[in-house]
Amino acid sequence: MSNSLEAIEVNKITLDGKLELECGQDIENIDLVYETYGTLNSDASNAILICHALSGNHHAAGTYQNEERPGWWDALIGPEKAINTNKFFVVCPNNIGGCHGSTGPSSINKQTGKSYGPDFPIITVADWVRCQSMLSDSLGIKVWHAVIGGSLGGMQALEWSCLFPKRIKKAGIIAAAPKLSAQNIAFNEVARQAIVNDPDFVSGRYLDVGKSPKQGLKLARMIGHITYLSEEAMRNKFGRELKEGKLKFGFDAEFEVESYLRYQGDVFSESFDANTYLLMTKILDYFDPADKFEGKLDKAFKEIEAQLLIVSFSTDWRFSPERSKEIVNALIKAKKDVSYMEIDSPHGHDSFLFADKEYVNGLSSFLEN
Amino acid sequence: MDTLEVIKNWVKRDSEILDLGCGKGEILKILSEELNTTSLGIEINQENITLCIQSGLNVIQQNIDEGLSNFGDKSFDTVIMSQTIQVLREPKKALLEVTRIGKECIVTIPNFGYWSTRLNLLVSGKMPVTGSLPNAWHDTPNIHLCTIKDFELLCIECGINIIEKRFFDSSGIENSLTRLLPNLFGSTAMYKISK
Repeated sequence: MSNSLEAIEVNKITLDGKLELECGQDIENIDLVYETYGTLNSDASNAILICHALSGNHHAAGTYQNEERPGWWDALIGPEKAINTNKFFVVCPNNIGGCHGSTGPSSINKQTGKSYGPDFPIITVADWVRCQSMLSDSLGIKVWHAVIGGSLGGMQALEWSCLFPKRIKKAGIIAAAPKLSAQNIAFNEVARQAIVNDPDFVSGRYLDVGKSPKQGLKLARMIGHITYLSEEAMRNKFGRELKEGKLKFGFDAEFEVESYLRYQGDVFSESFDANTYLLMTKILDYFDPADKFEGKLDKAFKEIEAQLLIVSFSTDWRFSPERSKEIVNALIKAKKDVSYMEIDSPHGHDSFLFADKEYVNGLSSFLEN
Repeated sequence: MDTLEVIKNWVKRDSEILDLGCGKGEILKILSEELNTTSLGIEINQENITLCIQSGLNVIQQNIDEGLSNFGDKSFDTVIMSQTIQVLREPKKALLEVTRIGKECIVTIPNFGYWSTRLNLLVSGKMPVTGSLPNAWHDTPNIHLCTIKDFELLCIECGINIIEKRFFDSSGIENSLTRLLPNLFGSTAMYKISK
């Protein structure tokens, strides 16, 4: 791809000081891996922070040498794309608790010499945001031009605007929700049960014994994947197509959709850490900025100073447009600077990853106005 | 005066404005630049929404026909509904809603009682197609057209006060004829209303 970033490098930093977590524990010597695209200007006023979602990481854009697949948001980040790297300096870290190089359950606990495993503390979205603010300090970025994310990433952008109102000018909150519904939590719980009931989970100590609960992780990913796609997208992509053209009257993967899900689950289970997956789903379940404000979202938004753009997608049933409207209406009630777009897109929750024209135009106008 | 000048006269400096059907945001942009208003637009067309965002305006994608219950009572100083009421499915409900949300409201309507519209229907025997109503009957967004008389009767029926009203000819200017016989010579009517 000609307009994709090339020669991407992964940076690693050990943050100064300790992070006090909401659960009451502290973490010190946090390692964060991150990527940057574009150039920071002289007054550090063109920096955009990208927050990744459940299974994402720091590789948001561009293509590594000798690899074909670009980063997870390459459709939107790059030269002259929605998040234009000719204008902006874009930073994307792998959050703590992750499994791609930042401190997480699979990292070595310096006190024990073994991996944290199930002892890694439960993190919250607010913890992530505080950790990202420590990264901002290290990078010399006092104020972000924008903080943007989709899904769980959008929740971080929203939390940024509440926790650090003076350090963020714009927040792009895409395909997100103000908190999870019972249905959302239910899907997460099925995923967790799949993992913890895998015999190779070994109470979360699988790394110590050289194992990995791949079957459980695969099932967790398969159920998650279904919630990312729309019925329409699945129908168009697979329909009822059979792999071998005829029924075989057995329980092997016969329909295309079955083999697709199995394949996706296998790939994921090879590259993702099960404890991180458990942690990420818990972070989602716990997110509820209104909780400290008697459940009143507009009160949670009282300190916000940023301009906000909320975007939802017509076929997203995981975090439907109605969920985004809850955020929008609370922002209207709190008299904040908010704009809202509902994009027609067939891709379900995954729509935020695709460069739909109206979505790209809306987002780039918001960042550049 | 033209319609925009009247709106500028009716809107207070530093006030909070909600524009229902704000289009490309032209009115809101002028009001925020010249009168330092805080503004929010409601629009359904995404190209228009992008243009509003480019202008730095706050704009919400929302279909007015699906309700305005997300806005609190008297939560805006002025609600503007310019050339919008005739495209709505339930104009009466919308009128009650705008007067609930705004301390004052500015509503602009195309007058179906305008002489050229009347003449057009009388002579041709077909649904009028004019400069301000350019679409054929089967292809028009204007599904609830009314005359100045009709609109004022609806206001009475709804218990809505007409605080001020102004009438403009087809080029958007007030003149002696529009003042004398508005329902005949007014192409556009603008009302300041409240409830």
